[in-house]
Amino acid sequence: MATQRAAARTAPSSPALPDDGSVGTQPGPADPQEGAVKRELFKYRLRKWLFSPRPFLMLIGFAAFLGGWYLLVDVLGVWRFGTLPGLVEVVTEWTAREPAYGVSLFTSEYYTHIWVSLRRILLAFFAALALGIPLGLFLGWSTRFREFSFPVFELFRPIPILAWVPLAIIMFASDEAPVIFLTFLAAFFATALNTLLGVQSIDREYMRAAFCLGSSSRQVFRHVVVPGALPFIFTGLQIAMGVAWFSLVAGEMVAGKFGLGYLINSSYTTTRYPTIIIGMITLGAIGFLSSAIIRLVGNRLMVYRARAMA
Amino acid sequence: MARPVAQAAADEARAGDGQARPAEVGKGELRVEHVSKVYDPEGAAFVAVDDASMHIAPGELRVIVGPSGCGKSTFLNAIAGFHSISSGEIWLDDELLCGPNKPQAKPGADRVVVFQHNALFPWKTVLDNVTYGPIVQERLSKKEARDLGRERMEQAGLAGLEDRYPSELSSGMQRRVEIVRALVNDPKVLLLDEPFRGMDSLTKSVMHESLLEIFDKNKVTVMFITHDIDEAVFLGDKVSVMSTRPGRIKETIEVDIPRPRDYRVLTSPRFRELMAGIHGEVEIEARKAFEAGEREMA
Amino acid sequence: MEMETRPEGQATEATEQGVPGTDQREVARTDGYQGAREARVGQSVQAPMAPVTGWALRRRKLRKALTGPAGRRGALGVVAFIALWQVVTKLDEWVGPQVPLVGALPAPSDVVLRLFELVATGGFWSSWYLSFGRVMWGFAFAMLVGIPFGLLMATSATAKRLLFPPFEVLRPIPPLAWVPLAILFWPTQELSITFVTFLGAFFTVVMNTVGGGEQIDRRYILAARSMGANKWRMFRRVVLPATLPSIATGAVVGMGITWEVVVAAELISGGGGGGSAGGGLGFLVWNSYQGGDIAAVVVGMISLGIAGYISSILVRMASNLTMPWKRLA
Repeated sequence: MATQRAAARTAPSSPALPDDGSVGTQPGPADPQEGAVKRELFKYRLRKWLFSPRPFLMLIGFAAFLGGWYLLVDVLGVWRFGTLPGLVEVVTEWTAREPAYGVSLFTSEYYTHIWVSLRRILLAFFAALALGIPLGLFLGWSTRFREFSFPVFELFRPIPILAWVPLAIIMFASDEAPVIFLTFLAAFFATALNTLLGVQSIDREYMRAAFCLGSSSRQVFRHVVVPGALPFIFTGLQIAMGVAWFSLVAGEMVAGKFGLGYLINSSYTTTRYPTIIIGMITLGAIGFLSSAIIRLVGNRLMVYRARAMA
Repeated sequence: MARPVAQAAADEARAGDGQARPAEVGKGELRVEHVSKVYDPEGAAFVAVDDASMHIAPGELRVIVGPSGCGKSTFLNAIAGFHSISSGEIWLDDELLCGPNKPQAKPGADRVVVFQHNALFPWKTVLDNVTYGPIVQERLSKKEARDLGRERMEQAGLAGLEDRYPSELSSGMQRRVEIVRALVNDPKVLLLDEPFRGMDSLTKSVMHESLLEIFDKNKVTVMFITHDIDEAVFLGDKVSVMSTRPGRIKETIEVDIPRPRDYRVLTSPRFRELMAGIHGEVEIEARKAFEAGEREMA
Repeated sequence: MEMETRPEGQATEATEQGVPGTDQREVARTDGYQGAREARVGQSVQAPMAPVTGWALRRRKLRKALTGPAGRRGALGVVAFIALWQVVTKLDEWVGPQVPLVGALPAPSDVVLRLFELVATGGFWSSWYLSFGRVMWGFAFAMLVGIPFGLLMATSATAKRLLFPPFEVLRPIPPLAWVPLAILFWPTQELSITFVTFLGAFFTVVMNTVGGGEQIDRRYILAARSMGANKWRMFRRVVLPATLPSIATGAVVGMGITWEVVVAAELISGGGGGGSAGGGLGFLVWNSYQGGDIAAVVVGMISLGIAGYISSILVRMASNLTMPWKRLA
């Protein structure tokens, strides 16, 4: 119980806490066979998963989705489904060496768009990280600073990111910077706010313990506040990545010259409809990958949580 | 107003530290003088501790028992420096921890707390937790600290767990690690705030014995807070009973059961006799607390 | 034991955690040190006051937040910010050199003047009305479709295994990327904006519903079963109420996303992307920008902030109505 509680206390959402309560409570020396045991356990779990109805149902789910698309759009074309690009059309276009509308897996234009979007995301995301995390930590750490500045922060937060477009264009007299700024702004609010929540979520007993073990304030910050806020920071980064993509696509649709959002929008205006879907799928895949990477890095930095849940 | 407290304090002073475990003279004497604490949440002032005094001799293991909400933790928090006091003085040896013009003590490694809930840093390994104090105080080099940590862990029966994370340990092990983490700093006073709350009784009795074993090896004054009377009598040199709100020291009883103690003590006539006496006192207070609707504040 | 630490906990909630590990509130009360004895004499055996609940408590908290030292500092911060903004944007008029980046933005004084002009026009309020309408429709559909969908996946393992993977594949696609398809599919511009708005909130609502449904304390289920609940009762009296808090969280987040999407959609349609859905606050912002009326852009932004704030309060109020046992949380 206590183990679970300890883990839960630091977990913002604790999605994968074991529910049997017994996991991870057996101490006992670390033996060299542990690796072998883990491999066996993994094999066992994989086998169990493969022979359970899960993968089967998953396949049915996907098949139903794609089949539904094919049937409604390609075959029947009922109601307004006929207006949408069909499954076959999209797949052929995407995998064609010489695509009818100019963008496929084999064209360099496709990768240019991906690269431009990715570059904007990375710049904006890392800027948000570099500014948002320190600001959040400081807001959480200093009551005085928070009391003075948090209301200002809160004034800005409810303004939708896209409403910033005109101001961004006025402030940065270039094509590239406004889009990056919008993306940054979205990610920044999510990062800073979650970092602040993370600091506030830290159980006060950890700070008390650190103080009575003789730490200075700086040491408490370094050894308790930062690691204690880390789970929330990573939740924040996940959210930040999501809103960054959201804003990027919107920004590119309004004011871009390249990028996946631009590709989607320009494909619409030039009636290259299958390319719209290619752009959407690509966005989905890259968006998924980018948040998976954040999760991975988070697990690396917070081994203690991964182990508690193993 | 008649103060049984004063009487108790005087008795204590006379009793001296004959029963206490050995300690160097002048190390870890804790004097609480006429301390009061008034809380003022949302403007509704109430008195948590009222004019309480207590002398804990160097090396003594003092247990404070009382019903929920009697202000036991207020004491501990005042000594540790987490909360202020409203009046009175608290002295550790010759140092004034808090008093007039200095309502809140500064937390420090001479008074380490073992908390009610597990307060091991979950993001540090067990050994990093244990060596945390000496390293941040820059008392030892990292290597020395690790050597010392390993040594102390081994003494406490925790060898082999150095590289685990606290969440991988059973709750009993976690408590033991936390106690080792505190003692590695050679504190003058160890403050335990219901450390075994919520443990099953079997684990608890194992913990009691290992706690006594650890204490017998370390010369340290201990203040142990609990509402478990068995625990109080089994562990303590003296047991102070606190009255319910406002918290006062109602009575201090000396436990004249010789050390080292083990579970056999639990069935001895003297133990039962002491138990019965303290139980009577606490029972009255617990009933008062219950009838006053303690849960209102919860 | 909790009893003793409780008042301290409340104190810290009120002031929000001070220097961590120490009790700020008590430090600040050094002057009360001598007065403590008097307090003791007067009220020594007094029980704590009966808990104040509901609106009274909220009012008290609000008043405290606004008039307390924290409220004063916050107000000072906001005033300082606005003053700085005024100076930075007016510097070129007053002194000469223009501040880089933000110097070209409208000053707060201009914004306020423009606000007064706009408030008198009908177009301003019809923008409010149009945007609010789109948000509410999209949000309502997202709740209507998303909650049953999420509950289905939360209660049936088979449904989840079947439906969740395709859902997960679609989820990372930003809602705005759906705009062209939505315009192709739906016969009217209005419907396509509503659809994209719906999508924005839909994924969040479903995720939170599934998450909440799966995290129900098993003891509730066992308790209900031991008291002989049938399947429907189990759902109606246990699963649904236990999932509500999480649905409410999803609704609040979803409402935020809905506003983001509406603005973006209005902007894109106004910005030449796909036809022209006239009106709406996002359109107002974009249109003012193209007309060179930057003060009106800021008025539009502020209006959007206020509108978003109002809607999130509405969602919270609705969720409090459905969950009387959570009202104070």
